[in-house]
Amino acid sequence: MKCVNHNTGSIDGKGLMLGRPAYTNDLADPNALTVKVLRSPHPHAKILNIDTQKALSLEGVECVLTYKDFKRIPVTRAGQGYPEPSPHDKFVLDSVVRYVGDDVAVVAAETEAIATRALELIRVDYEILEPVLDFEKAYENESIIHPEPEIHEMFPIGFEPEKNVAAAYHMEIGSVEAVMDQCDVTATSSYYTQAQAHVMMEPHTANARLDFQDRLVIYSSTQTPFHARRIVSQALEIPMSKIRVIKPRIGGGFGGKQCLHGEFFVAAVTMKTKKPCKLVYTRKEVFESSYSRHPMRIDVTLGSTKEGELKALDVHVLSDTGAYGEHALTVFMVAGAKTLPLYNKVEAVRFGGRVVYTNHTPGGAFRGYGAIQGNFAVESAVDQLCEKLGVDPIEFRKTNMIAEGETSPVFAKMGEGTEGTAMNMDSCKLDYCVDRGMELIGWKDKYPRKSISKTKVRSVGMCLAMQGSGIPYIDMGSAIIKLNDTGFYNLMVGATDIGQGSDTILAQIAAESLKTTVDKVIVYSSDSDLTPFDTGAYASSTTYVSGNAVKKAADQMLEMIVEEGAKALGVRPEDIHFDGVILKVNDTDTSMTLESLSNRLFYNEDQKQLVAANSYVGTKSPPPFMAGFAEVEVDIETGEFKVLDYVAVVDCGTTINPSLAKVQVEGGILQGLGMAMFEEVIYNKNGSLITNNLMNYKIPTRKEVTNIHVEFADSYEASGPYGAKSVGEIGIDTPPAVIANAIYNAIGVRINSLPITSEKVWAAIHNKEK
Amino acid sequence: MKIKTYTMPTDLEEAYQLLQEKDAGIIAGGAWLKLLPKTLTQGIDLSGLKLDTINETEENYTIGSMVTLRQIETHTSLGTYMDGVLQEAISHIMGVPIRNIATIGGTVAGRFGFSDLLTPLLALKANLVFYKKGQVTLESYLKEALKEKDILLQIIIKKEYGKAHYTTVKKTANDFPILNVSITKIGTHFRVAVGARPSAAVLATKTMAYLNENKTLSDDIIEKAAKIAVEEISFGSNARGSKAYRTQLCKVLVERGIKEVAYENTN
Amino acid sequence: MKTQIKINGKIRTFEVEPDEYLVDTLRKHHYYSVKKGCDTSSCGVCTVLLDGKPIASCSYLSVKANGHAVTTVEAIEEEATILAKLFGKEGADQCGFCNPGLALTVYAMKKELNNPTDEDIRTYLVGNLCRCSGYVSQHRAIKAYMEVI
Repeated sequence: MKCVNHNTGSIDGKGLMLGRPAYTNDLADPNALTVKVLRSPHPHAKILNIDTQKALSLEGVECVLTYKDFKRIPVTRAGQGYPEPSPHDKFVLDSVVRYVGDDVAVVAAETEAIATRALELIRVDYEILEPVLDFEKAYENESIIHPEPEIHEMFPIGFEPEKNVAAAYHMEIGSVEAVMDQCDVTATSSYYTQAQAHVMMEPHTANARLDFQDRLVIYSSTQTPFHARRIVSQALEIPMSKIRVIKPRIGGGFGGKQCLHGEFFVAAVTMKTKKPCKLVYTRKEVFESSYSRHPMRIDVTLGSTKEGELKALDVHVLSDTGAYGEHALTVFMVAGAKTLPLYNKVEAVRFGGRVVYTNHTPGGAFRGYGAIQGNFAVESAVDQLCEKLGVDPIEFRKTNMIAEGETSPVFAKMGEGTEGTAMNMDSCKLDYCVDRGMELIGWKDKYPRKSISKTKVRSVGMCLAMQGSGIPYIDMGSAIIKLNDTGFYNLMVGATDIGQGSDTILAQIAAESLKTTVDKVIVYSSDSDLTPFDTGAYASSTTYVSGNAVKKAADQMLEMIVEEGAKALGVRPEDIHFDGVILKVNDTDTSMTLESLSNRLFYNEDQKQLVAANSYVGTKSPPPFMAGFAEVEVDIETGEFKVLDYVAVVDCGTTINPSLAKVQVEGGILQGLGMAMFEEVIYNKNGSLITNNLMNYKIPTRKEVTNIHVEFADSYEASGPYGAKSVGEIGIDTPPAVIANAIYNAIGVRINSLPITSEKVWAAIHNKEK
Repeated sequence: MKIKTYTMPTDLEEAYQLLQEKDAGIIAGGAWLKLLPKTLTQGIDLSGLKLDTINETEENYTIGSMVTLRQIETHTSLGTYMDGVLQEAISHIMGVPIRNIATIGGTVAGRFGFSDLLTPLLALKANLVFYKKGQVTLESYLKEALKEKDILLQIIIKKEYGKAHYTTVKKTANDFPILNVSITKIGTHFRVAVGARPSAAVLATKTMAYLNENKTLSDDIIEKAAKIAVEEISFGSNARGSKAYRTQLCKVLVERGIKEVAYENTN
Repeated sequence: MKTQIKINGKIRTFEVEPDEYLVDTLRKHHYYSVKKGCDTSSCGVCTVLLDGKPIASCSYLSVKANGHAVTTVEAIEEEATILAKLFGKEGADQCGFCNPGLALTVYAMKKELNNPTDEDIRTYLVGNLCRCSGYVSQHRAIKAYMEVI
């Protein structure tokens, strides 16, 4: 292969490094009005009166919108396929506010300073309602967060708003109770995960304008331009044909830009004023008023024989979706769906629980969603069980984990919000990943711990992980390839590059199929008017789903070229050999270049535009696998600990671009380590987020973890484009359990709540000594 | 912060007079201005007063209040003075792009509890020179700010020769400290400063007295000294750490810090 | 207030508010390479050079830049291109939002530090955050750039 599995360099890195205008805010109309949103200071309140007169009469203010300006149409901002598995429980603006930072009113003004001043002039009288701030007390709480009659589920998801339940689910394969009774050893624990923030460097941004056809054009930093178009159309009752959504370059997403943010507001302002406008979230709004990871309590019980055969898995989840139910069901189901199949030899497995509403910032999609929470709980519990059994945790995993050619009944039972899809593991090199990882980290010499000095101890920890590659029968990608004169191509995809490099890897796939070089494939993503449909950049789907669509379109284009070449050369297509540059008639000296063929097609004879269009929807979701390992050094007096080394061995099938794949894993690991170690989320007792800026919410800098060692297993997934599976999310899943296991191995205390801070480690040591 | 008018006087007296106006305030580097929730009717930028140099004599370093943190850090003499303790402390403050803006005057005048720099300045016995008030020790200034509005001109560090140490515990490298400790030893005389308690840095005077009356130090004496520090200093809780954790960190960091400066040529 | 700033070698005169920050002035006048990522001086994406030194333009009043020289990444295109190639090789480009600010800081670091260690490099750049890369690929590329003569 000439392009695939090569480090071709990214197609956009240079332009972005040089600061060429590329991001949503760079592309706003220079005369755009500035849009600002008045935010609720209360976690739960009813707006009794809202007076906008003073703000409206301020010079330079163009409009002020409140709930009175919008028809009550419940939607979900989740940015999923239709019908969505999320409840329709959100109005563009409502007379009830449900968390500190919730939308109250929208102002558009000539300058940012005027808009800010106008916000201060809006008078709101609130009736304070009782907030629900503890998700373990939300179920059947007297205070009901969503009593509105209009809200509904699109299909059964266990939606019971009168009990503060956004979604619920239960499944059981075999009889967990019966099998558990037979087990020699069981281990039970509860685990807590926090509302991690995405902290993409580009804040949520949207702008809007009316074009000369009087259509609404929205630029948005979105991962889902097509869903954004549909949902804006539903919420504001604008015909979809009148809306164009353009996704320019995106400054990071991590799932945070799957859901909608400012799109409703810029659309409404432009429709009302007929003027262009823009909205850029402040960093505080990104923290308080967008979405976070769903915090969860996960209760796990594992049962095994005394020989170390895992027999039963029982997982119960309570998930906190905050004020609105975006991704409530799906994130929670993935906590089971992407962890339970790892141990496919069990006789019984049960998964269930509910997702509750609280008066906190809503949960939403976030890289590795559900999987990272579930993985932390299950993979911590496995080590806990091994400790009880007195068996080596790696030997235990090797005995019980899934292997190539095998399946798990969980695949068929559980999908994301719906039933799942049965599948065999046609590619699974997990055994290699474990062995190689052990070797790289030096497990045999280092497990479980070594004392370095009177105050320092070193230890190792590990865990397994799996993800998926898109959602079968739902996630769809498509591609259009057109041939240009002189013989280069345009590749138009709805798939959204959000910084992960998908434009580059899709160009590589197209170039490989077209036998050309990456510079001959000009990629454009994505624009609801110009590019074909794609569900968007989520669920680890772009390489596998959109990549397959690109490959199909490119293969088709190759056939079209050969056919036209045959016509031009007066032979049958099967007589042509095309190497990407020259079309040669077999066994003769007759040939023509692609350049002359394409010039002929445009200017001379048989004139036509060659266009290939194709789509792909997965019929399975081949999981990438990974084994993660860390060596840590703990200061037993201060509780501080350093990750000396993090090793990841990944099976993601073929790496389309090995460098980009590696950085997906490296970046995922550090983001996961952020959740595992640093990213504390603190609310005060009034329901206000204290960790609402980058001074208080600490993401890792370049000094915290400097050794991340990623390798790939030699693996080929036949259903993927050139053998590829996904790689976008798998990297984030392992750090919480790996760190928890390593810390246990160092100090003999298991920390069950994230993040595992130095203070918690010190407190654990201190309490143990007492 | 909102600033209604901005002035950059070139005359000190003029700056002083402007400062006496209602809601007038000084703009130093300006790095943290926007985090302050107040409105200045008169913002007085000291950039025109030539306060941005470090002067060195046989006896003293005189640091202008508008000297940036980066200037101190990279100053060939002051940066490496006393085991490079100021350089070490400053290197923990955010990144270079902020250290090129933030000034020592802004840091001192802010009396920030979270400061990395105030703790070693306290251990180095820094003195402050105000335009009207004249010399004030940093120690007293941290205990109580001036009653009258005044302009900080210089920070003076009297040159001494000995050993110094700075250490801090942070969540991540660009965070504010959960706690920090700076210790100096001149001859046999120790100074121990503890900051980010989370309130402003203080000297552990009883600890210092205990250390200074013991002619020969041992591990036991040092451990006792750390215990005294924990008893004499008050700690609080905030989002970065609890009182209990800060108390523990103080004990450990003071003990380790003393050992580092006390035992010459040992590890 | 009338403020004169030499930007990338050209003198520009702007009318700015007393509490306006340099990042906003620059973006208002279409220097879009300068990004805004946080409101607390924490992220480094707004970095520009002031008289050759990297500063966080979100934390520097525009009036203070009066009479000074500001450099944005457009003015160091040749150096940034070398860095971009090295980033590309390592897959370190990622979303690109922090890259202009990082390129300027790296450029200034190369002028300022002689033979820096890995630790020196990380310490110098610690204020430039990145959420995509995990930093290790960036570090490999930046080390290679420091060795380019």
